[in-house]
Amino acid sequence: MRHGVARFVTGFLALPVALYLFYVVWPFAQAAGYSLTNWGGYSDKQEFVGLDNYVRLFSDELIRKAFWHNVFFLVTVPLFTIALALFLAFLLNVGGREDRAGIRGVFGSGLYKVIFFFPQVLSLVVIAVMWQQIYRSDNQGLINGLLMKIGLVDADNPIGFTADPEPFLGVPAVLWWLLFIAVWSGAGFYMVLFSAAMQSIPKDIYEAALLDGASRFHTFFRITLPLLRDTISVAWVYLGFIALDMYALVFVMTPSQGGPNHASEIFASVLNFTAFQKGQFGYACAMGVALAIFTILLAALQLRITRRERIEY
Amino acid sequence: MSVTPEHPADLSRRTLLRRAAAAGLLVTPAAGLLSACAGSEPSKSDDTGAAKSKDNPFGVKDGSAVKVVIFNGGLGDQWANEDKAVFAAKHAGVTVNMSSTQKIKTEEQPKMATQPSDLVMNSGADMMDISTLVNEGAIEPLDDLLTAPAWDSEGTVADTLLPGTVEDGTFQGKFYVVNVAFTVWGNWYNGALFAKEGWQPPTTFDEFFALAPKIKAKGIAPYVHDAVHGYYPRWALMATIWKSAGRQAVVDIDNLKENAWKADGVLPALQAWEKLVKDRLLLPGNLNHTQSQQAWLDGKAAFIQVGTWLKNEMAATIPPGFEMKLSDYWGLGATDKAPKDVFAGAGEGLVVPSKAPNKAAAKEFLRAVLSKSGSAKFAELTKSLASTKGSGDGVQDTALASANELMRNAPKDLIKTKLFDFYADLDKESQNLSEELMAGRLTAQQFVDKMQAAADKVAKDSSIKKQTRA
Repeated sequence: MRHGVARFVTGFLALPVALYLFYVVWPFAQAAGYSLTNWGGYSDKQEFVGLDNYVRLFSDELIRKAFWHNVFFLVTVPLFTIALALFLAFLLNVGGREDRAGIRGVFGSGLYKVIFFFPQVLSLVVIAVMWQQIYRSDNQGLINGLLMKIGLVDADNPIGFTADPEPFLGVPAVLWWLLFIAVWSGAGFYMVLFSAAMQSIPKDIYEAALLDGASRFHTFFRITLPLLRDTISVAWVYLGFIALDMYALVFVMTPSQGGPNHASEIFASVLNFTAFQKGQFGYACAMGVALAIFTILLAALQLRITRRERIEY
Repeated sequence: MSVTPEHPADLSRRTLLRRAAAAGLLVTPAAGLLSACAGSEPSKSDDTGAAKSKDNPFGVKDGSAVKVVIFNGGLGDQWANEDKAVFAAKHAGVTVNMSSTQKIKTEEQPKMATQPSDLVMNSGADMMDISTLVNEGAIEPLDDLLTAPAWDSEGTVADTLLPGTVEDGTFQGKFYVVNVAFTVWGNWYNGALFAKEGWQPPTTFDEFFALAPKIKAKGIAPYVHDAVHGYYPRWALMATIWKSAGRQAVVDIDNLKENAWKADGVLPALQAWEKLVKDRLLLPGNLNHTQSQQAWLDGKAAFIQVGTWLKNEMAATIPPGFEMKLSDYWGLGATDKAPKDVFAGAGEGLVVPSKAPNKAAAKEFLRAVLSKSGSAKFAELTKSLASTKGSGDGVQDTALASANELMRNAPKDLIKTKLFDFYADLDKESQNLSEELMAGRLTAQQFVDKMQAAADKVAKDSSIKKQTRA
């Protein structure tokens, strides 16, 4: 009998596992292999160079710059997205008045849910193209045009948005403008995620707290937040992945794809330039492998730090 | 070097999905980046030929198929369909599978080492780096095409080409790239507006600076530029450097000679542009190429600098009564070493991958592209000159006529820079610095210093294969 079950399970798993091995694992292995060569990408000639490419990574100034830009996103994207998503989810679920039916969200929360979630159904490139028009830096841009009409922005000095490398709080302005889009487009999804988690928290806990005279501030920080710990932790890891990517926004929205003058360079844009413009696929693969290792370590660390005992309710 | 642009934003849904997958939005970013590098094992190509003759110099086999990929940018792709008809007249038995795209590198690079298309038009913002293709031996030398008989005129193919076409396609002594369009660059203006106002198009920066206040008084910005793609302003900067410092100075720059960027005449050329920016003669806003071109067409700015594909690219939105005219780039004045030289050259390069399965048919197709009938259709459809002599003879058009006029008075030397085709690092750096100079965040002196430093770094880097020009 046991034998039959094993065969049955294997039969179902064989195909997906084979596909996964061939299309996911094998390319990874190949890339790791190429990272030890000086392959140019356009021919079948390559020499083994050992760890040279990895040694080179550490002295590459552009990579260092890109790394810190990725770190900026790694800190800010999860922080702002989760904060905003939590705030919205709280308002939509338990932020409203209390009545005989118990605790509820603010008036019209169903509608808001749809509106906030909407960016999630758009592709990231569609979002980028749309924001290009919003950020356009003459009077035909949505923001610039509006501000010029009401006289807040001088037509001779429009806001540069993604073409502006001037530092704000030590970080090029272009990165802040990109961050804004990333948070805007990401918050809706996590709002829904947190909403679902909040709805599974029994209402009587809140009611008990209210009876004890807890303010909304206290219910949020003492009840909601601790009970959402697991969900937030997962969200943090996902958003970390997104922050390490950011490729589509940088590619579509910044001048010279990573500009102006390297001000929005990220790992992926340097990798793209190295592989496809400079024709150094071996080195580019080394960047990819390094980023992969970094990502995995980060995810492992993240999950370990936030691991705690689960609360059953 | 001569690149017709396209929007980075114009990603088709399919490419963007592929890109999204490649960039790893679905799994982890690193995972996608990893698989983006991976290729597969190369396969052997077989090039079995038929008998060779005057009408079939490469021995194209009847019944074979040839895959042609056309860049669908500023020039469109209709002209290539006309060439298909020209080709079919002699080789009805050969199937031409033609496709067009804006994403040349995205779609063709992964196939280069294994199963490439037979003929690829390598152009646009997403083009494959040409020096890498040559260094890697990924494309085929086409010297036998030059010595083959011309399609529908006397002599060889080389005899029918405009000057500069062979030189522009030659790398390391071999002819690799067939550039089909002959492009002239310069400052464009609206002939009708200038006639109405009684303005003369300037020939030097001084004349421009004198005219600028009059233009401003009419509520028009004197100049508008593409602030998104660094290679646009770079054309203008390099043209001014050439006119001011002379041919040899640019050749030295291209050959990475010591202190080449510090030569006499280079700094003043860049200072003229610095003054243009500092005097606030630019239309404010960071527009891309089509946005800036449209602003110019809408009468918001008097001058814009770009190549002769402009007319075709903007054909749909040219206002009635607008008279597109091309004038030469401005020099600095009496001190100029090469004031009359014109920035022109053959661009829009077609290449034959070394591993292409039907190279004979690819070369034969190129012969058809360069034919008299094919190139005449090209000029008619694109309002750009083809690299074949006499292509524009039968076309009536103010833009094309003013470009012809400019070429007629041009000395034999054409303004040409090779540095950015030679070295991808310097290509990137110069684009960035050009943008910064035009944004007013960089002085001419800083531009020169930074370019010199970048050039020295490449010169010292033994891992980069050096190229030279004469």
